[in-house]
Formats: sequence, structure tokens, C-alpha cells
Amino acid sequence: MNTSINQEINRNNQQQSLFRSRDPLHLTIGLLFITTILVTIGNLIFAESSAFHVSDYTVSLLGKYLCYALLALAVDLVWGYCGILSLGHGAFFTLGGYAMGMYLMRQIGDRGVYGNPDLPDFMVFLNWTELPWFWAGSDSVIWMICMVFLGPGLLAFIFGSLAFRSRVSGVYLSIMTQAMTYALMLAFFRNEMGFGGNNGLTDFKEIFGFSLQSPSTKLGLFIATAIALALAYCACHFIVKSKMGRVVTAIRDSESRVRFVGYKPEHYKVWIFVVSAMLAGLAGALYVPQVGIINPGEFSPLNSIEMVIWVAVGGRNSLYGAIIGAIIVSYAKTRFTAIMPEAWLFALGGLFVLVTLLLPKGIAGLLPSIKQKFAKTADSVEAKS
Amino acid sequence: MHRIYLLLLLMFISGQSAALQADSDTQSNSQLSDLLNQLPKTKLRKMAPLIEKISETKQPQTRAILQFMLDGELYYLRANKQVVHAQSTENNLYELTDVLSQESLTPVKKSRLSKVKTNNRLRSTLRNILAKIDLTDDDKQIRLRAVQQLLSSPSKQSAATITELIDDETDQDVRALMATTLALQQLKSGSSDEKLIALEQLSGSLEPTVKNEIVGLLENLPKKDLTAEQQILRSQLTNALDEIDNRASFYSAIETVFFGLSLGSVLLLAAIGLAITFGVMGVINMAHGEMIMLGAYTTYVIQIAFPSMIEYSLLIAVPAAFLVSGFVGILIERGVIRFLKGRPLETLLATFGISLVLQQLVRTIFSPLNRQVISPEWMSGSWQINPIFSLTYNRLYIILFSIFVFVSLLMILKKTSLGLHVRAVSQNRDMARALSIKSDWVDAITFGLGSGIAGVAGVVLSQLTNVGPNLGQAYIIDSFLVVVFGGVGNLWGTLVAAMSLGLTNKFLEPLTGSVLANIIVLVGLVLFIQKRPKGLFPQKGRSAD
Repeated sequence: MNTSINQEINRNNQQQSLFRSRDPLHLTIGLLFITTILVTIGNLIFAESSAFHVSDYTVSLLGKYLCYALLALAVDLVWGYCGILSLGHGAFFTLGGYAMGMYLMRQIGDRGVYGNPDLPDFMVFLNWTELPWFWAGSDSVIWMICMVFLGPGLLAFIFGSLAFRSRVSGVYLSIMTQAMTYALMLAFFRNEMGFGGNNGLTDFKEIFGFSLQSPSTKLGLFIATAIALALAYCACHFIVKSKMGRVVTAIRDSESRVRFVGYKPEHYKVWIFVVSAMLAGLAGALYVPQVGIINPGEFSPLNSIEMVIWVAVGGRNSLYGAIIGAIIVSYAKTRFTAIMPEAWLFALGGLFVLVTLLLPKGIAGLLPSIKQKFAKTADSVEAKS
Repeated sequence: MHRIYLLLLLMFISGQSAALQADSDTQSNSQLSDLLNQLPKTKLRKMAPLIEKISETKQPQTRAILQFMLDGELYYLRANKQVVHAQSTENNLYELTDVLSQESLTPVKKSRLSKVKTNNRLRSTLRNILAKIDLTDDDKQIRLRAVQQLLSSPSKQSAATITELIDDETDQDVRALMATTLALQQLKSGSSDEKLIALEQLSGSLEPTVKNEIVGLLENLPKKDLTAEQQILRSQLTNALDEIDNRASFYSAIETVFFGLSLGSVLLLAAIGLAITFGVMGVINMAHGEMIMLGAYTTYVIQIAFPSMIEYSLLIAVPAAFLVSGFVGILIERGVIRFLKGRPLETLLATFGISLVLQQLVRTIFSPLNRQVISPEWMSGSWQINPIFSLTYNRLYIILFSIFVFVSLLMILKKTSLGLHVRAVSQNRDMARALSIKSDWVDAITFGLGSGIAGVAGVVLSQLTNVGPNLGQAYIIDSFLVVVFGGVGNLWGTLVAAMSLGLTNKFLEPLTGSVLANIIVLVGLVLFIQKRPKGLFPQKGRSAD
């Protein structure tokens, strides 16, 4: 009896070490690296007529997908590992985007329609004479980078510490987060907010002195996004594997037990929520220069829900699953909206229902079971021989 | 026998008098036509007595003729001096109607017509005569309107007319308005003593003309060196103005309360179905908004299908929408939700998917554009309580209807065996099953009930906003907040929450604008949830987790 258990444990260890050699961390980073290299080569070296050529449009599109992947990673971190279903991550994403948008807006300088060197066009249009106080410093790169993380982080900190301290959880929390992004959307639609109202921020000319129209800038942004995603993936991986990450996962599984053991779950939850919000902000900041616009529509609750479905499809509780899900669903959306726009919402809605009913662990959940099947057949072959 | 004779006699007399009446009618009719024939010949100076005579014939056409004359639409044909009503049409022709027989005649050119002449003085006489005719009308509404007209343009002549008629007036409202008009005239042109008396009478009157007059008088008073008399007048005027403003602000506060309650009852209707599915079953249904939308579209379809019955369409739509939405709700429960029991976050996602599908379905079937749902006659218009305060009927009906729905739902849950089962299952599912309650069946019916009420809410919303595919989305977040605010599983909590949210919103709106009011309410709610995570009226006891 004892020996059989020992054997079992041994085999598990072996499997783990076997698995370790094909660690998802290395695999994902490796894949990402290879894809980036291939796309770069395809874009720069092969001629447009060549079958291996990657057009500028595709580069931008891939850059966008990688932003979504980064965002999905953020959602997965709180939902998959901490059990907080946030329907308001779009808010953090958009805030990060606005921080970047403000900087890009100031970079336009006097090349705007009204040619005002100090004020962005929409402020001139509204007859404002000076920059509002919250635009101060928005022309500095360092300030912008700070704001990309600080804006979403601060919102997440305030919201999270309020919500988690009073032990709002589960469905309530989801609805609260949705209400939060909805309120922000309403607020940003107002012209008096000083963020361009309806139209948002757009007409950007250049970033760090490089023209946003040029193909090389687009490629550069794509590569930057890929690097950011790789770094974020590593960070998430280590967070999840760290002791703190273990506590967070324990909170997901049984919050009250964690509390009885002596931890303070709310602190851990706030912490993971803020990290996730900052990642989402980073994704937004990388997204805006690639699509060239940021407007309050990004706050809409539907967007936040779409992020959740990326993670659900890819498989929560696995970081690479989130990336796979974001890319697959976004690609499907691009294809669908091009071929038959009406069908997209049908497909998306159907996806929600099917995934939750039939595939609760997502695509990533399928992989281990396939692996297990292989292992089993291998085992039986061994036993026969 | 005697009785029959008496009856016969009576019939004979009454027949005789009717004949007499008819006789005198034709007589004065011919008199009217005689007088009309004089119109073209009479000189302006002698016109006034002629008009008086025309008005005294008291024929059904008289008023119209005088009105045409006032409006300058009374002409006569140059050829035969026939008096006609003429209106110019596009191609330089004039459309003619005989004023006596009301037959239309062949249109003619302007050159063949002459206008019946009037001047300012004559017009004011005409106005006065018309007012008198209206003021002695049998219909109270016409009398009221006539007095209101006189009130808005007071003159000595009209005051004389009213003084003449006020004693014969039987209706309270008309009489009061007449008194106000007289007092206003006094205030305008009376001696200073009369002015003070008039002011006393007028203070607190809500007619806009009265306020304008008082403000005007105050401005006309000299700034310095007032005589004692003027000082008294000024203090009286200020008092009267204060009184008027006080009453006005009181009524505007009541109006805000009314708007708040009506918004609250819309919220209540939208949220109460959710209170059942979310509160009682613990199932979160993100497709609830789409159930509302389905109800609204049901109304639209019914109006399309029975275009001749618009007046009753809402009465048909309420049960129809209940059935449609309820049926879809049961389908959702049986098809999806029951497989996700105990996994609230997954339920949320799956029902959200369903909501997307339903939205797109409606977009495909009915086009993405908004659809117009017609309001029946009895829903439009308003109940004028005083000159500055009126309640629109549609909002009034909505408030009443939502109370009706609320009470009937309460009754269903409290008094019927279905309600008993629902409550039993929601409190302790296993125990209820042990007592042979079919919990699956109860779930499906509960969900159908909640969805059906959402459909009914859709019928109501179709009267207030445009019906479009996004109708439901706009209300889903608000509905959830109402349920969470009120406390899950508590219908009274939902009522209080909906009404207080509606009132808060409407009271904030004038101060901050509607968008900011919305945001403030949202933020306020988020903060409230921090303080009391279980809402206003939390469930107590062991069934609460």
C-alpha cells in the first residue's frame, strides 16, 4: 500500500519535472519572441509581393491583439487567481489610454487645426484659455509613464480598499465594478470633464518624436508591446508562484479559511487588484498610439465584458490561456465584423453560453486532459510490454 | 286611463312647443341672413350696432361669423353681395364657404371679392362680443378658456362684461377666475385704495399674468421719495409677490416629487422582476434588460398587427408582453441557468451572452433603428391642477400601474401556494424538496414570473422612451443597483430603494444636470454598499448567509 503511494508520488514528481522542461513560461516567452522576430523580418525584409510579407496593417493589428492579450492577462490575474470577477477592467484600460492620449495630444503642439501651441484643439473649440490643472505636466514623458500606472492604480486602490474592506464579493462586486466603469463613461462623455468629451483624444501626430504614420514606428510599437507582454507575463508568473500569490489563490478557494488562519484577505485582494489595474493601464497606453484614438466609448460595460470572455475562452487560472483566448476571440471578431457584422454578436453571445456550459476551464483546460490521455495510452502500452 | 290621457296631453304640448321652437329658429335664421345682407352696405361708423344685432340672433353660425370677421376672413362677392368665408390657397385663388349654409363654393380670384371692413375699435367690440358669447356658453371648459383669454389681455370693456356676468355664474372655478380678472383690472387702473383691496384678493394667485402685473407695478414705483401711500402699496406688493413665489416654489417642489415618483416607479417596474430572480432564486440574470426590451417590442408588434385598436393596444400588450417575456425567461432557465446552479459568476456570463444574442436578434428582425410606439389618446394630455402645476396622465398612470404590479406580486408571494413554495425554496431548498416541493418546477416558474414582469415594464417604458435594441441595457445597471440597495430578497426594500433613487435623481437634476446627477447617485450607491453591504433591509436569520 505504502509503496504504491510512494510510486504515485514519484510519478507525479517525474511528471512535474517533465512538465517543467516544457514550462509554459519558457514556451510562451519563446513563442512570443519567435513571432516578433518573424513578423519583423516579414515586414522589413520581404518585398510586398512575397508570400512571406507582413503588411503594415497586419503589424498594427497584431500589435492591437498583443495589447488585448496584456489586458487579458490583467483580468486573468484577478479573476483566475483571486476569484474577483471584475466587469470594470475596461475602466483601467481606458484610463491608461487617456494618460497616453494626453501626452500625445500635447505632442501635437501647434500642428492642430487651430494651431494653438499650448492648448489641444478641443479646448480651443470650447473657448478655454488655459490648461486645466490636471493637464499640468502632461507634456513630459516621465509624468505620462507615471500616470499610466498611477491613474488606474489609484482608482483600483480606492475602489478595492473600499469594496474589499467591507467584504463586498462575488456577484455584488462584479456589478459594482460595472457601475464604476459606467459612471466613468457618463462622466467622460461630458465636455466639462476636460478630456475631449464625445470625441475623446485623437489626431495624434507623433510619439517620442517619431511620426505615428510611418511604418517603422508601427513596427516599433508592435515590438514594444511584445516586450511589454513578455515582461508582464514573467511578472504575473512570479507573482502567482510567490508566497503572496499562493495566499491569493487560497483566498479564491476559501476566503474565510484564509482569514481564520490569520491572514488579512482584503490586503492581498487590494494588492492584486491594483497590480492588475496597472497592467490594464499599460495595455491601454500601448493601445492608444496604435489605433490613434481614445474616447469614452472604451469605458462601455460591453468592452469590459468582452475582456472577461477572452479569459473565459482561453481558460482562467492559466496565464497563457488568457493570451490565447484574447488573440483567438479578437481575431474571430476581426474576421466576423469584416464578413458579416450582424453575426458577430450572435457568435459572441453564443460563445459566452457555450464556454460557460461546456468548457468551464477554457481552451487551456483542454490541454492537460489531452496530455493525460496520451499519458494513459503510454502507460497502458508500457504495462503491456 | 287618466294617466294615458295625461301622457297624450303632455306629448301634444311638448310636440307643439318643439314646433314653436323650430319656428322661431327659422325666423331668427332669416333675420340673421337679413342682417348679413346689410353687412356689405353698412358704413364703418354704423357697423357696431349691426354687429350687436347679429350677435343677438344667437344662431349656431353666429359665433363663427363674428370670429371670421375678427380674423379678417369674412368677404362678400362683388357680384351678388353674398357674404362668404374666404381663405387663400396656393394658386392665388380663394376658397369660399357660405357662412350660413356652410356649403363650399367654387374658388375665385381675389379681384372678385371684397373684405367686410373692420377697424381697431370694431375689433375690440368684436372681441368683447365673442367673449360674452363664450362666457355664456353651456360648456364649462369654454367659459374657463374665455375668462383666461380675458385675463391675459385685460381691458375696461372686458371688466364690464365680467361684472355683468359674474353674478349669474354658477361654477366655482369660473367664478374664482372671473374675480381674479376683475381684481387684476382694479390693480391696473383702480384708485390706490382699490389697488390695496385688489392686492389682498390677488395675493397667492398663481396666474402668470398676475405676477407679471405685480412685478411691473413694483418696477414702476419711483425709487426714492415715496409718499406714504406708495410705501404702503410697495410693501403690499412685495408681500403679495413673496406669497406668490412661495406658493410657486411649493408647487414646483411637488412637481419634482411627482417626477421623482414616476422615475421611481419605472425603476421599480424594471427592478422588481430582478428582485424576484436575483433576490429569491439567487440567480443573476444579465438578460433581464432584454426581457424589458422584448416587452416593449411586443407592444410595437401589437400596434402593427391591430392598427385599428391603438386605444386598447396597451391593455392587450400588458398580458401579451408578460407571456412573451415569461416564456423566453422559462426557456432560458430550462436551457441554460439550471445547469449553472451554484456558480453565480458563470451564470452572470452565460446570461450576458444570451442578452447579446437577444439584442442582435431584435436588430436583425426589426432593424437597428428605434421604433415608434404610439401613445393612446387616454395616455396623453395632462391634469391641470392650477395654472403652473399639472400632472401628465402618462406618468400618473405609470405610478398607479407600478403600484398595482407591486401589490399583486406581493399578494402572489404572500397569499398563493405558488408564493409559499417559492419562499420555501428560497429559504431552504433541501428542506423544501424533502417536503415534496418540486424545486426545479418552482425555479422555472419563478424565473418566468420575474421575466414576465420585466416584459410588463417594457410596455410601460415603450410609452416613455424610444423602443430600440439597446432599451434594456440602459436599465439593467440601474435595476441591479435598486435591488442591491434595497436588500436582496425583499420586495419592500426594492420599493423604497426605487422610489428614493428616483427622488434623489430628480432633486439633484436641477442642481447638477442629469448626467452628473446620475453619476452622483451611482457613486453614492457604491459608498452606501460599503457601509451596508446587504442593502437597506437585509435578510435576517439563518437563511441569510
